Amino acid sequence: MLIMGVMAIAIARIRDLFAVSMLSGIFSLTAAAAYVVLDAVDVAFTEAAVGAGISTVLMLGTLALTTRQEKVTGGKSKGTAAFFVVAVTGAVLIYGTFDMPRYGDPIAPIHHHVAPRYLEKSFGEVGMPNVVTSVLASYRSFDTLGEVFVIFTAATGVLAILGRVGRRRREDEEADETKTARTEDASPDKETAS
Amino acid sequence: MMHRKVVLRVVSKFLIPPILLFALYVQFHGDFGPGGGFQAGVIFGAAFILYAILFGVETAKKVLPPWVTRLLLVVGVLTYGLCGVAGLLLGGNYLDYNVLAHDPLHGQHYGILIVEAGVGITVAAAMITIFNVFAGQTGED
Repeated sequence: MLIMGVMAIAIARIRDLFAVSMLSGIFSLTAAAAYVVLDAVDVAFTEAAVGAGISTVLMLGTLALTTRQEKVTGGKSKGTAAFFVVAVTGAVLIYGTFDMPRYGDPIAPIHHHVAPRYLEKSFGEVGMPNVVTSVLASYRSFDTLGEVFVIFTAATGVLAILGRVGRRRREDEEADETKTARTEDASPDKETAS
Repeated sequence: MMHRKVVLRVVSKFLIPPILLFALYVQFHGDFGPGGGFQAGVIFGAAFILYAILFGVETAKKVLPPWVTRLLLVVGVLTYGLCGVAGLLLGGNYLDYNVLAHDPLHGQHYGILIVEAGVGITVAAAMITIFNVFAGQTGED
């Protein structure tokens, strides 16, 4: 947790975006370790793969497209106002956690709604030793379907925004290729030489 | 470009097959241990992204052309959705796996297997597509 705090401050302070994306990867990895400590292995798995792996690569890809240095905008007054807003929101959120039951509290509401039913009956009803999978794919199948559609929409959105530029470039390349092919046709000696 | 980073290239060539195998393990062992379609898809996509980083996006596109990933993207979502429709046709509710086989437990097993396969295919295809589109933008190198 201390490492995560240090990482968060460093990410906010450093202007070099390459270092920031690397640090956010380390942040995700520590978060994954925290999930393992909390016995949420499935979530830790996802966090390590998505947060530390793919999103870091995507951020680096974006950096390659844009610039490496963060633009410094806004004066000191803007910074203080932003800090004030963040501090107040954080304080309210921390105040909100006081109402939450303690970690591992057996009388917490979350342990009394549907969780016992899943834990007791899922093996008989679904026959999976891993309750997380049976909840995810069987009991909450509609949620998972929605998540799949979210990922599908994300990919189509990226394709719709960025894919078009690539296609235009590819058309240009194809035009160039046909042009070079035509010139090669004009000089057949070249082809035999190669 | 081909002669740089020899160590990385050789090591990753050794690493990519185990990564793909591990992704399949996570995919099909999700019933018994941690993991499932999402994680498996991400790991599978990561293997291709590693390949694309080291050997160039164009080489990776030769291995897995863009139209294949786009097709897989749709196939994954349709696998999930049509699995639900199959439940409807066999007389159950949408995404009700109990009717997929004579024994409800087997039906659940088949249903989860198909659905997780759909999730895995979609996630892997989405990751590779997004990376290809992002990395294909630079073009200059």
